[in-house]
Amino acid sequence: MSGPMLKVENLFCERDDRVLFEGLGFSVDAGEIVQIEGANGSGKTTLLRILSGLSRNYEGEIYWRGEPIDDVRDQFCRELLYFGHQPGVKALLTPEENLRWYCALHPSLDASRVSEALEQVGLRGFEDVPCHSLSAGQHRRVSLSRLYLSDAPLWILDEPFTAIDKRGVAAKEALIGRHIARGGSVILTTHQDLQGSSAVRSINLDQQGGT
Amino acid sequence: MADLLTNAAAEQAQIGPGGLFMATLRRDLMLSLRRKSELVNPLIFFLMVITLFPLGVSPEPGFLAQLAPGALWVAALLATLLSMDGLFRTDFDDGSLEQLLLSPQPLFIVVLAKVLAHWMLSGLALTLVAPVIAVMLFLPAEGMPGLMLSLLIGTPTLSLVGAIGAALTVGLKRGGVLISLLVLPLYIPVLIFGTSAVQAAVTGLPLGGYLALLGALLALGLALAPLAIGAALRISVSG
Repeated sequence: MSGPMLKVENLFCERDDRVLFEGLGFSVDAGEIVQIEGANGSGKTTLLRILSGLSRNYEGEIYWRGEPIDDVRDQFCRELLYFGHQPGVKALLTPEENLRWYCALHPSLDASRVSEALEQVGLRGFEDVPCHSLSAGQHRRVSLSRLYLSDAPLWILDEPFTAIDKRGVAAKEALIGRHIARGGSVILTTHQDLQGSSAVRSINLDQQGGT
Repeated sequence: MADLLTNAAAEQAQIGPGGLFMATLRRDLMLSLRRKSELVNPLIFFLMVITLFPLGVSPEPGFLAQLAPGALWVAALLATLLSMDGLFRTDFDDGSLEQLLLSPQPLFIVVLAKVLAHWMLSGLALTLVAPVIAVMLFLPAEGMPGLMLSLLIGTPTLSLVGAIGAALTVGLKRGGVLISLLVLPLYIPVLIFGTSAVQAAVTGLPLGGYLALLGALLALGLALAPLAIGAALRISVSG
């Protein structure tokens, strides 16, 4: 299994008559963190949505382990963990119920470790509290606890640290570090500087955009 | 403790399409039951239409009995249609829908489970209260089996077809009116065969043929609608 996990060639995306990126090409190897940088509105979220397969509004080629991504969509979904702009947490369900459903949805999540994961993100004691009475940060923590359950090799994280306190961020960075050490890859956007991880490569979208 | 762990591991290994279906069904039912006001909306609408009908038209029993099959079916159809808009709305707003689309499990299963949960709290509930409400319109007792059976077989089709409209319009801010436009023409066959079944039951004619046609529509809907809903969801989320 040599070669990059994810390879992007000549990616072009236009939104509302504005070119977000053009001729964008990069690859993500196992054990690598790729940080997508750029000003607000530069297309970071759009790029992550394209990479994860949610958005089809692009031109160019994306390869997963050497194969065109559309041919290996099932395999790709199995090996992907996507943390989106919206946390995907149901306000009327408790954190535990939310996670149980995700475990049914995604085979790479380990249902037997749900309570352990909730403890890791500091939600112990909140298992039975409906999420609408949790704070914004706790809300996102519920969704982030999927990272503790997942053994998917590729993580795509869109602003994972928003509304998370300093200690939480440190814990998540450590978690990302462990994931990298296991041979996983992470593509993420964040406005914070990642600390303590050496293998971070940045891709700046500001230089990509045309007019 | 060790036993517990191995059991959990075995359970984990078994989460396949069936497990996902049950998990989604349970989740959606649980969500609806925790939002009581929306839960009773279709039923209240159904009840209101049928209560106001005699006031607006005529309280004469013979006349009402004649109108009853059509009025009941139209009210049930509109009640279902009104509840359709919310089917994927909350999932779209909070990002669950994105996660759902990125699942390696077949989308067909999740969609079917969501529609079933929706039907159980709209179509099935309407079917169960229909006989009580039909009495208010002086529907003869002979018509009751026809009413119940036609609603039981017809309303799932309404939910399935309505879900296609809901999936197509979920990305729009105000999709409610558009759903009606998209979906109403497809509701008409169900309405025609449903009312005919009730009328046949009232007049004592065999209603097997009408029910068979409703059943055929349902079979077609079950096989094709989830695919259409899945494709529509992908388009809506991609946009």
